[in-house]
Amino acid sequence: MSSLVYLVPLALLLGGAALGAFLWSLRSGQYEDMQGAAERILLDDD
Amino acid sequence: MSCCAPGVEAAAELGGAPSRDEILLASRDLKDGLRQTDLSVPGIHCGACIAAIEGAFRDVPAVEQARVNLSAKRLSVKWRGDTPPPIIETVSRAGYEAHLFDTEEDAADPELSRLVRATAVAGFASMNIMLLSVSVWSGAEPETRQAFHWISAALAFPALLYSGRVFFASAWSALRQGRTNMDVPISVGVILAFALSLYDTMAGGAYAYFDAAVSLLFFLLIGRTLDHIMREKARSAVRGLIKLTPRGATVEREDGSRDYLPANQIETGMLLAVAPGERLLVDGIVQWGRSDIDCALVSGESAAQSVEPGSAVRAGTLNLTGAMKVTATSDASNSSLADMVALMAVADGGRARYRRIADRAARLYSPLVHATAFLTFFGWMAATGDWHRAIGIAIAVLIITCPCALGLAVPIVQTVAARRLFEAGIMVKDGSALERLAEIDMVAFDKTGTLTTGRPRLANASEIDAGALALAGAIAAHSNHPVSRALAPFDDGSQPSPAIITEHPGLGVEARIDRLLYRLGRAEWAVPGGSAGTVLSRDGQRLASFVFEDSLRQDAASSVEALRRDGFPVAILSGDVEHAASRVAKQLGVGDVTARLLPEEKVARIAALAAGGRKVLMVGDGLNDAPALSAAHASMAPSTASDIGRNAADFVFLRPSLLSVPNAICVAREANRLVHQNFAIAIAYNAIAIPFAIAGYVTPLIAALAMSLSSIVVVANALRLHPVADRVPAADPRSRTLAPKQQALGQPLAGRA
Repeated sequence: MSSLVYLVPLALLLGGAALGAFLWSLRSGQYEDMQGAAERILLDDD
Repeated sequence: MSCCAPGVEAAAELGGAPSRDEILLASRDLKDGLRQTDLSVPGIHCGACIAAIEGAFRDVPAVEQARVNLSAKRLSVKWRGDTPPPIIETVSRAGYEAHLFDTEEDAADPELSRLVRATAVAGFASMNIMLLSVSVWSGAEPETRQAFHWISAALAFPALLYSGRVFFASAWSALRQGRTNMDVPISVGVILAFALSLYDTMAGGAYAYFDAAVSLLFFLLIGRTLDHIMREKARSAVRGLIKLTPRGATVEREDGSRDYLPANQIETGMLLAVAPGERLLVDGIVQWGRSDIDCALVSGESAAQSVEPGSAVRAGTLNLTGAMKVTATSDASNSSLADMVALMAVADGGRARYRRIADRAARLYSPLVHATAFLTFFGWMAATGDWHRAIGIAIAVLIITCPCALGLAVPIVQTVAARRLFEAGIMVKDGSALERLAEIDMVAFDKTGTLTTGRPRLANASEIDAGALALAGAIAAHSNHPVSRALAPFDDGSQPSPAIITEHPGLGVEARIDRLLYRLGRAEWAVPGGSAGTVLSRDGQRLASFVFEDSLRQDAASSVEALRRDGFPVAILSGDVEHAASRVAKQLGVGDVTARLLPEEKVARIAALAAGGRKVLMVGDGLNDAPALSAAHASMAPSTASDIGRNAADFVFLRPSLLSVPNAICVAREANRLVHQNFAIAIAYNAIAIPFAIAGYVTPLIAALAMSLSSIVVVANALRLHPVADRVPAADPRSRTLAPKQQALGQPLAGRA
């Protein structure tokens, strides 16, 4: 029981961080060009 | 980069590239003098294309940044200054064709990002609550269970507020209008489940349905988001097509100065300069100049008309050969184009009256569910007198019957169907279009631009002397007239290339070779005393006469045949003259043909058919078809259709082949069958689960399992929809060969989907 006191909040925190990361990536437009992102790693930057 | 070399001819055929003025008008002001121009580049389809286009912009001055979006086949260029840099030229130098599209229509879709956020929040909450629930189900001690219930409640409450709003708002607006939709039972079930679970948690009860309530929201939001993405994808693909209505026109002032003004500033009486290759923005009267104009998109007439000072010209027609000046007799808001929009608003037929399958199901389903839950409650009250237990069981009934599978049953099938159609180059506007297309029992075609390509083709090539034909081709290569376009491919390089070429708008092309005067054009101009027709003459002597016909669209005959074999009566509603319409009808074996129809007469025909119980699919491309497209039960347009035609149609097909029409009907019918199967599965599941729920045997564990299982079955069933490529376009198995043929011949027109 005592381990749950910090394990459950920790789990929620991690989950919340993942949610936050997803919302941030959504807002910064990282899903706007999925195919392009896949191709761009093959391009030389000049 | 041969894989990515697209034909640039397509753009040239459909009128000139947008002028710098038009680019400036279509660009968006960012701030600090930075402007952004968005272009659609249908030829983009691999990483090398990104490198080629972005690389081409690296040394263009004034361009700050050029970024390609591969998924949307789009390019956005940020630049500084008052005049736009040579954007279109740079793209075409890299080997691609680019065209502008409306930036104002393209504002980021707030509804989609809201749905995705709501799904993410519901997903986060449901996963964490599930995690806690698993330990409760596996027999946690009472105080641990209690703590986990409280944490679940704390997670479920904000998720319900944030993600549930999508359903609550829609349910509330339906209820306020005295209707009910699928969202009503969802909202009632979710809210009641949450409220009872909260009450039980406070009272220290053993069961809580937080997991069921939130995962229900999560599943349904997935369906809702998919539905929205599908529509958004089609919308952006259609928006990416060449915009045929100009954004503005060049106005010539009294002092001779010229200004490019946006459409809403053009007024009656202004003198407009119209260059060859430009489309007219408003109705007008020619003041100066001679030219030929292409009315195919406006009235359905396939032959180009010659105009001279005094002729009236209509908005939307394309100026082909000569520069002219036109006095505007209307402004953009009351031109014949605007009349068409007004006619469309009145003509709104089948689609306005149509109620979607899901809503019709909900109308039957939600009273049934609510009645069952009520009866269960009263039954248990009467039997045991324990109101808490009675409410608990009634809510279990609500949750188990909550249309999780029903909410997914329709959108998932339609998303898969839209995906299949997208792969075949057919865009669907929304799910209701698929449902309506599955119901149609008759197909009406427009002629020019739909059954035919709208471009003339030389009919008597075999009768003409090869040398004269090659010479005609060499001369014709210098003209924009559609007839010249049809002759130009016959230039085999064997004839001397003409030295001096002059185009006489409305008459023909004149060329000098070795001091001989050649004329290609109208017979009465090329040969003194000649009769009608198109001829090639040398010093007034006739060398050859040419006969042209409007060529049929690719696979037109086999498509009409496939439709007829499937039992659909086929009709042709044409705005063109009788002999042109009946010739095409004869070629295709269609008996029901009407020519010289005005737009309102086309609508009247469709309305008359609808009154006779027919559900008509209208396939058309022109401005004059737009009202009929919106009046019909379902409608399709080719990607070369006028802007309003494309907007009015439920489906837009990008490939040149007309087989898109029977293929789309096939997919829609199969999707319809799968939707009904899914409904049957969902109802069968309810029939099994409800007795258990009424008897009080449903625990949160069973509810969660049953719900997930039924959703998975429904999704798996939807995935059975076949791709278009290996589909039989007609009931006859012999026609199986048609589909691969379409694959092979279906050249990418506006970007292969």
